[in-house]
Amino acid sequence: MSAILAVENLEKSFGSVVAARDINVSIPAEQTIGVIGANGAGKTTFINMITGHLTPTKGTIRFEDRDITGMASRDITRLGISRSFQVAQVFPTMTVLDNMCIAAAIARRRGGLFGAIATPLRSPDAMAEAEATLELFQIGLYRYTPANTLPQGIRKLLDIGMAVVGWPRLLLLDEPTSGISIEEKFNLMSVVMTALKSRKITVLFVEHDMEIVGRFAERVLAFYDGTVIADGPPAETLGQPRVQELITGVKLKPAGAAHA
Amino acid sequence: MFLIAAAAAPALPDWIVSLATIAFANALVVLGLIVMWRAGLVSFGQALYYCIGAYTVALVARRTGFTDAIGLIILGGMAAGLVAAVVGFLLARYREIFFAMLSLALSMILYGVLVKSESLGSTDGFSVSPPTFLGYAPHGDALGRALYWLTLGFGAIAAVFVGGYFRSLAGSLATAIRDNEIRVEFLGVSVTGIVHLKVIVSGVLGGLGGALAALAIGHVDPNMAYWTTSGSFVFVTILAGAGSIAAAFVGSLCFEALRSLAADVMPDLWQMTLGTALLLTILFLPEGLGSVVARLRRRGGAAT
Repeated sequence: MSAILAVENLEKSFGSVVAARDINVSIPAEQTIGVIGANGAGKTTFINMITGHLTPTKGTIRFEDRDITGMASRDITRLGISRSFQVAQVFPTMTVLDNMCIAAAIARRRGGLFGAIATPLRSPDAMAEAEATLELFQIGLYRYTPANTLPQGIRKLLDIGMAVVGWPRLLLLDEPTSGISIEEKFNLMSVVMTALKSRKITVLFVEHDMEIVGRFAERVLAFYDGTVIADGPPAETLGQPRVQELITGVKLKPAGAAHA
Repeated sequence: MFLIAAAAAPALPDWIVSLATIAFANALVVLGLIVMWRAGLVSFGQALYYCIGAYTVALVARRTGFTDAIGLIILGGMAAGLVAAVVGFLLARYREIFFAMLSLALSMILYGVLVKSESLGSTDGFSVSPPTFLGYAPHGDALGRALYWLTLGFGAIAAVFVGGYFRSLAGSLATAIRDNEIRVEFLGVSVTGIVHLKVIVSGVLGGLGGALAALAIGHVDPNMAYWTTSGSFVFVTILAGAGSIAAAFVGSLCFEALRSLAADVMPDLWQMTLGTALLLTILFLPEGLGSVVARLRRRGGAAT
């Protein structure tokens, strides 16, 4: 399998603070990867560099054999890399359907600004796409609810749905379960993962809950002090003494066994 | 609505026709403000485009002898659009009060330049030669009515185009940008680009309004760029609300009527009357006159 994303010698420093260094990762298409690490370990910096929010100080990022290092985030989005946010980023005064319509219409537009004038918001295609994505994420019931009155979990699903409606090939989820109660977490993640699998999307998700990582990730990247200290299948990675010492803190049963 | 207004013209007294002409010309400027208002942007310098449109008409007519009204108005709109395209590079990077103040500053620069320009009549300005309409050169009342119809025509065309714009993705992104710029960027759209586009659209509308006003008044002067002129456009926008296109025209007509009435009845207190009207609007109709229709419709729907 050829790599959909290849990162080489990636480094980011803010003045004398090095937020990320020596990151070398190659990700094959359709893999689901959990990214773990303590706060400040460089997970979000890593995600932000891939999505163009931050420009790396050194190194290269290649997406589908194309160098995307330092490109603007909106151009990277249009190449096929989408993201969701730790705090759900939706349009609060609009309804769920309108949120999704905007995202669908943007994804379907051709050309730049003039494309945006020529594209109607509610073309039948965009509407169908929006409705299909609402169903895929099981939030169709909330269609006409304004986004600012949604329960947290639904808002998260909407945020991820908006990132998915344009059929990205790589999706970065920054803490999809943050702010969600423990009882709801697994349910939310299985809705999300089922949806993403059905669209054959390669996923990188940042997660603090090791049970979730063990259950949903095929591979784990462990970050510490700005770099990757372990990379491999969940059971193996989470079992490493360094990962346990620096990140997870407790000894876990081989992940995957408990919930699989 | 425009057809009724057009058909009513011969029956109306001249003063109403001229008042309505100015009101509908200003409504185009207000429409431009609404385009930005929807994205949460307020321009306190819309008089910049208004004045550019007006001076373009006046100058072209004076220097070249070209007097065709339709051509002049289109030139006025284009000139203002061009200015908006240039200043847009700067304006599109700012939001909120900074956007408002920067646009105000730009319009005051134009005011300053015009006041210092002796060749353009300084503070007195200069008069605009009477326009022709595809070779037809009316005078007096007939000219007034012709301009009224022309203003209605441009108003109707602008209303159709702006309506289409609001339904387009670019127009719908206004609310999205007001709500969450980060999300818009990460969906793959340049927020700066969309705001720039809005500045240009509102600039063209401002220029068309100014060009029509110049022809209707028959005179241009630097006050057209002064901040109080911008302020009155913002006033009408608050009065009308950003909810509907028709509200811009109705609101502008109400404003002109109110101003004339107030100046007639209480010559010394007309500003206070306007101020009171604005206060009452904000208190009781925070979404403007346009929301009255929506409210009535809701009430009607609930009753049946």
